[in-house]
Amino acid sequence: MKALFNAAGPATFTFTKENLAKVDAIIKKYPEGKQQSAVMPLLHLAQQQNDNWLPRAAMDTVAEMLGMARVRVYEVATFYTMYNLAPVGTYQVQVCTTTPCWLRGSDQIVKACEDHLGVKLGETTADGKFTLCEVECLGACVNAPMMQVDTKSSSTYYEDLTPENTKKILADLAEGKNVKSGPQSGRHTSEPGAVPKAANDG
Amino acid sequence: MLNDSDRIFTNLYGFQDWGLAGAKARGDWAGTKDLLAKGRDGLIEEVKASGLRGRGGAGFSTGMKWSFMPKTSDGRPSYLVVNADEGEPGTCKDRDILRHEPHKLIEGCLIASFAIGANACYIYVRGEFAGECSNLQRAIDEAYAAGLIGKNACGSGFDFDCYLHRGMGAYICGEETALLESLEGKKGQPRNKPPFPAGAGLYSCPTTVNNVESIAVVPTILRRTPAWFAGLGREKNTGTKIFCISGHVNKPCNVEEEMGIPLKDLIEKHAGGVRGGWDNILAVIPGGSSTPMLPKEICDTVLMDFDSLRAVQSGLGTAGVIVMDKSTDLIKAIARLSKFYMHESCGQCTPCREGTGWLWRVMERFVVGNAESKDIDNLLDVTKEIEGHTICALGDAAAWPIQGLIRHFRPEIEKRLSGRVTVAA
Repeated sequence: MKALFNAAGPATFTFTKENLAKVDAIIKKYPEGKQQSAVMPLLHLAQQQNDNWLPRAAMDTVAEMLGMARVRVYEVATFYTMYNLAPVGTYQVQVCTTTPCWLRGSDQIVKACEDHLGVKLGETTADGKFTLCEVECLGACVNAPMMQVDTKSSSTYYEDLTPENTKKILADLAEGKNVKSGPQSGRHTSEPGAVPKAANDG
Repeated sequence: MLNDSDRIFTNLYGFQDWGLAGAKARGDWAGTKDLLAKGRDGLIEEVKASGLRGRGGAGFSTGMKWSFMPKTSDGRPSYLVVNADEGEPGTCKDRDILRHEPHKLIEGCLIASFAIGANACYIYVRGEFAGECSNLQRAIDEAYAAGLIGKNACGSGFDFDCYLHRGMGAYICGEETALLESLEGKKGQPRNKPPFPAGAGLYSCPTTVNNVESIAVVPTILRRTPAWFAGLGREKNTGTKIFCISGHVNKPCNVEEEMGIPLKDLIEKHAGGVRGGWDNILAVIPGGSSTPMLPKEICDTVLMDFDSLRAVQSGLGTAGVIVMDKSTDLIKAIARLSKFYMHESCGQCTPCREGTGWLWRVMERFVVGNAESKDIDNLLDVTKEIEGHTICALGDAAAWPIQGLIRHFRPEIEKRLSGRVTVAA
């Protein structure tokens, strides 16, 4: 069971001036008196500002800004999987292993990640660069297998994976190179086209 | 097969410009003001006449749903909420609309909102779709700047605001009342119905929740006439549909096709056929992970529409077609879905919260054959105890794939049971 509050967090949290402007714009999307609707985007913004994870101090700040009881914000932060409640690596590598991806070899993609990074699912590399995890269906099933890589400022799908191109993506990211997002097969997006042989196709 | 001239989503794959200029060149936003001039009742009647059924899974008449909204306000505003929380395993069609045809969706939102008397619309997009959100937000900004939405939208005198709201990773928020809870800034736990959203939805105000595809096809239906749409497909199963074909096919893809296309044609003509040929097919999940799988003998002839698939105890669902060839460990494939539903259960109802975990643990035992024959009946019995006994349909969705497996492949499960392993003499 994961602890709700990670001890690594700062004692206080305030949005940057630039993000405060975004906060205002977000709250304005919702009718007057319904500012609680902004809790999810505000928590996400706080997470981005805090190296892609959400400390308790940020939740408390958001609660105060929206006039919500703190526990209501904690409920939201713990309910949705995209909030990281503990520090993560610079690159959060999330491999989809739900059935459509599994049918096309997601086990081999997980293994390629584990072999290349030297960590198991749920672990972070010693240099703090990569956190590897398994996620449920990311809604790119005709481009399976696939993974999503998040940083504090980006979120990118990599599709039509093979163990080889997966390792190459991870190596390129580690070197700070630009990596093409989307299908790695030469396909444009979801059209019928040449895809690599599924990694589990004996 | 669908003629190219009958295709609604002509930029499904994003080969052309998805922005406003490109959308206009494809016919979007042409004479929208004249469409609105048909009036609320006129629009609802036309959508009803087209036979459009909701594309999010349940297949309820879109026009009928709109007609449930109050004709006069009791002081509360009305809302349109678009369900773009696409996450049913096997489904990735709304993603292509969001990123490649966002203007079809936004124009549809304007028209639908006008028809139901709403001045504001929220599009709830699953949080992982970052690129899709980015495209959609840019398209919304373009539409505002061009006067297509906002005050006096399209010069119609109707004021309309359209907002993007990003989810944060919870499959359950695809359930319409959980989505509304989430949009209100709470945990996404489904509400009891009644009250239905048309009576008390977002902020306890009258609300219509529609799937992305249902809304995005509306402008084209109105332009090309309801009769054109109703002339495609079969009676009560009309129009076109985006199918997602994944799994063991040679060319996995999304494709817009006519409703009622034979499953075999869909796979062979668009997805490059089953890996190893049609006869190598073992089973197909026809409509997203929650719909029960079909064995080859049904796949040979079944048509892809709501009523045809219901007749074989499955469903069209979201039209996410997951193909499994003879190399597939079917028990493991379904066990993985059981794990998915366990992970995604919101925990509110006991039969689902406890049951989905139990189903997964027992399925894992079947994977390794660590069970007895009577356990199969026990498992089936538990699925029936979950089905229909929860606030929302996630419990049903967890039960159906297992029921489909047992219905069609019970001998496969039995073969693996430890007590039945026979050693050659």
